[in-house]
Parts: sequence; structure tokens; C-alpha cells
Amino acid sequence: MTTHTERARTAGSTALDLRGVTVRYGDVVALDGVDLAIAPGRICGLVGMNGSGKSTLVKTVMGLVTPDEGTVSVGALTPTAALTPTAALTPTAARKRGLVGYVPQNEDIDGAFPVSVADVVMMGRYGRMGFTRRPRPADHAAVAEALERVELTDLARRQIGSLSGGQRKRAFVARGIAQGADILLLDEPFAGVDKRSEATISRLLRELADDGRTVVVSTHDLRALPALCDEAVLLLRRVLAHGDPLDVLRPERLAAAFGLDVLAEGDRDD
Amino acid sequence: MTDPTGLLGLLLEPLQFDFMVRALLATVVAAVVCALLSCWLVLIGWSLMGDAVSHAVLPGVVLAYIVGAPFAVGALVFGFLAVALIGVVRDTSRVKEDAAIGIVFTTLFSLGLVLVSVTPSQTDLSHIVFGNVLGIGTGDLLQIVLLGGVAAAVLLVKRRDLTLFAFDPTHAHAIGLSPRVLGAVLLGVLALTSVVALQTVGVILVVAMLIIPGATAYLLTDRFTSMLVIAPSIAAVSAVVGIYASYFLDVAPGGMVVLAQGGVFAMVFLASPRHGVLVAAIRRRSRRRAAGRTAVSP
Repeated sequence: MTTHTERARTAGSTALDLRGVTVRYGDVVALDGVDLAIAPGRICGLVGMNGSGKSTLVKTVMGLVTPDEGTVSVGALTPTAALTPTAALTPTAARKRGLVGYVPQNEDIDGAFPVSVADVVMMGRYGRMGFTRRPRPADHAAVAEALERVELTDLARRQIGSLSGGQRKRAFVARGIAQGADILLLDEPFAGVDKRSEATISRLLRELADDGRTVVVSTHDLRALPALCDEAVLLLRRVLAHGDPLDVLRPERLAAAFGLDVLAEGDRDD
Repeated sequence: MTDPTGLLGLLLEPLQFDFMVRALLATVVAAVVCALLSCWLVLIGWSLMGDAVSHAVLPGVVLAYIVGAPFAVGALVFGFLAVALIGVVRDTSRVKEDAAIGIVFTTLFSLGLVLVSVTPSQTDLSHIVFGNVLGIGTGDLLQIVLLGGVAAAVLLVKRRDLTLFAFDPTHAHAIGLSPRVLGAVLLGVLALTSVVALQTVGVILVVAMLIIPGATAYLLTDRFTSMLVIAPSIAAVSAVVGIYASYFLDVAPGGMVVLAQGGVFAMVFLASPRHGVLVAAIRRRSRRRAAGRTAVSP
């Protein structure tokens, strides 16, 4: 069932490795012995219903939540050695090095906040700056390069909320690029995003993966997964399935994960 | 003083009195520091927290007075105590946050009032509640400038971190910063600033100075850096206008300063070129007209 996890571990290169991770909030078990490894340069879709533990898993990788049991390791020697070659780190050590970038949901961001697109991308660099976070020429160059990469150079001076949903997503991806993150975590990247932007974002994520970065996409949007992802993880507090997206997203599996036959049938109709 | 009837003479007249000079300086310093802080409070949605902490520092200040410690220390202790108590009440009972804030700060404030009433001193209760800007001595002024300077310096030096904290604390955590520490820095500055402003406009009106300038600037610009210039400027001008007005009209200075700030907000609220409601209404109307024209044209 967890062939992709085994494959990554056997190859000796895992960008993310969770072993027996259990997280409890009081009496509620959010993650129950999650065993999951993702190889570098892969795009992995994280699927599950609300309360399945998706966001807890993301928080655990970011070090926002400490597991009650099990271990989380971030980063390992990548075979392409394209990016930062590091030994496996704890989430805390990884975030000190800025290895994990986070792209929030649009609704989690205050669109009226008085910052420009370039300001937002510059925030990716703060971890590398001095006490007052005064940008140096290298920081400005990194921001310009990241903006170019996501094709937002022309909108750099615009206020972040004046962008469309898709452009805003790209701005936050640019922040992750400027940060130099090896692992990019995206929460519902296609919510409130039009079809054209969805294609642009998918293409961008593919390019980043080709560079050796690891992309983890947490989403309800099952339709977009097979085209976007190299592998998918079906989560219901533990890993129900981990493999090729088309295999993982088979209706009977989804029915088990979502506990809804209706959804499986609806999915088959498409 | 060559032309005592002219405008210049009018402006210089109050400055003949040392207490007026001190009042002006103290109010401008307090207003500017409050205004800087207000930019973050307004954006994070911590206005009510500003209200709470500025009231809750009172018992700390009185206790510091009794034991002879610096006011700032007492204020810091009770500022953080208030925030901690609010968190405890909110997280461990079914009481919601706004109620928790209301319960904690009014109780602490009342404790302060009771302590004042039993403490033998020259201080009049009404001076703490409404401020006593005309009675500020040289020592008080020195303390205001010193604490205000520290608060402003912390805010300006850490402004990028604080803005990141206000905008996206999760990202701050992801790149190795501590949102918890940054939040504490902001609350610490809030407690310091409360001490500064307490002596000028008094506890009740501090909250106005901690909200209005930032909110006004927010309606005028889409750049945070500009907010940090606009808010203190508005606050400083309002402080000067308010103190002069109180001198010539013989009314309460603290109230007059806040009235001036409120007046500026009202004007901006209506007529801000970016976010004013009048301007938006005019824009909507002309758009509707343009749409009407296109609709009837073949």
C-alpha cells in the first residue's frame, strides 16, 4: 500500500519522512501513527475530508505542532543535489534554515493589508537578514528573480489584495522561492482560482519540482490532482493509501476515506 | 512678541507659560508614540486589546508608586498579567474573548481605582482617569520622553518583523521567527505606551490615541511605510491643535486632543481619495451613469 514511501526510503533520499507520527489534541486523535515518506522533486497531493488531519500534518511538518509520538525529518541529500544538500533535520532546525515554505489559503490572508506584492515576497527573505531586516542588494535581486519566475514582475508594486486569487497564490509561491525553500506546502492552492491561473500555477509547481524542490499540495479538489501530482496520499488520521494519483483516487478508496458513497458516485460520473 | 495681536502673537501667547510648553511637548510625544503603535493594533485587530492593556496597567502604576519602583515596571507586569488572565478565562471557560477582555480589564482597572483611593498622595483620582496634562512637572516630562523614546525605538527597529507578524504569523514561524515573542514585544510596548499616555490624556482616552491615528492612516494609503508617517503626523497636529484649543476655549485638554483626532478621522472617512465613503459613492454614481449610457446606445 505504501510503496512510494518504501521506494523513497530505499532510495535513501527523502525530502520528508514521518515515522509513526501521532498527534492528539486533548482526547481527539488528529493523526494516528502516520508513516509517510516523500522523495525530493515530487509533487504530492494530500487528500482527505475536513478533520482528516491534513492541516495537522502540514503543521507538524512546519513545526507548529509537536507530535506526541513518532518523528518528523525534513530534508535529506537529494540525488540531483540541485538544492541545499542537508542531513535530515527536525522541523525546528529546518525552519531555522528556511527549508519549508508555506503558501496559505487566500482566505487566511487579509487582502486589505497595506503591503505590496514585492513586500510580501521580501518577507521570504527575513530569515536570512540581520536584526532590523534591512534588505541588501542580494535580497532585492532574489525578490526580483522570484517575481520574474512567477510572472508577476509588472505587478510588483500593487497592493496584495488588488490581485486576483490566482495571482495572489503566485505571489506567495514567489515568497517561498525567495525564501529558498526546498519544500513548499500549499493549502488548497486552487480554491478561488480561475481555470487559467490554475494551469499557470500547475505549470509553475511542475517547474519547481523539476528543480528538485518538493511540493506538497493539501486539497479537496480531486479533479485537479491526477494532472498535477506525481503521487497522492489519502489521509484519514492515518495514511489510507499512498501511490499514483489515479490509483489512490479510485472511488472505493474515496468512499472509505470520505465515508460517503454519494461522493464516489458523483466522482465516477465525471 | 512684537505683534501681540497677530497670529504669531496668538500662537506664542500660551508658550509664555512653562506648564503649557511642557503640556505641549508631553502630549505630542505621547500622541506620536501611540500613533505609531496604533498602525499595528488596527491591522492585527487588537484595538480592544489596546483598550484592555491601557486600563489594566493602572494597579501596576499605583503599586509601583507605593513601593517606589519605576512606573514602567509596574505597568509591564500588569499589562502582561492582563493578557495572561484574558487568555486563561477565554481558553478554560466557555466565555468568549470579548467578554474575557471586558471582565479582566475592568476588574484590574477597578483594583487600580481602589488602590488610588487608599494611597496617601497628592494624586487626584480624576487626574489618572482624565489625565492632568497641565500639571506635568519636569520629572514627569523626562519620564514621558524617555519611555516614549524607548517604545518608539523598539517599534521602528523591529517594524518589519512586527508587520510580518501582523500580516502572516504562520510564515513568520516557518522562517524561524517566533510569533509569540513578537506578540509579546508588541504588548510590552503597549504597556509602556500606556504609562506615557496615561499622564497626558488619562486612562479613558488613551484608547482613542491607540486606535484613531492608525485607522485614519489606513484609510489614506495602501502602503504600511506611509501609514507609519501619516499616523504620527496626524496625531502630532491633533495634539497641538487640541492643546491650543483647550487654552483659548478653556476646555479639557485631553478631551480636546482626542476630539481633534476624531475630527480628522471623520474628514478622512468621508473624503479619503482611496477609501472615503463619499468618494466611493460619487464613483459608484458616475459608473452607473456611464453604464446607463452604454445600455441605451445602440
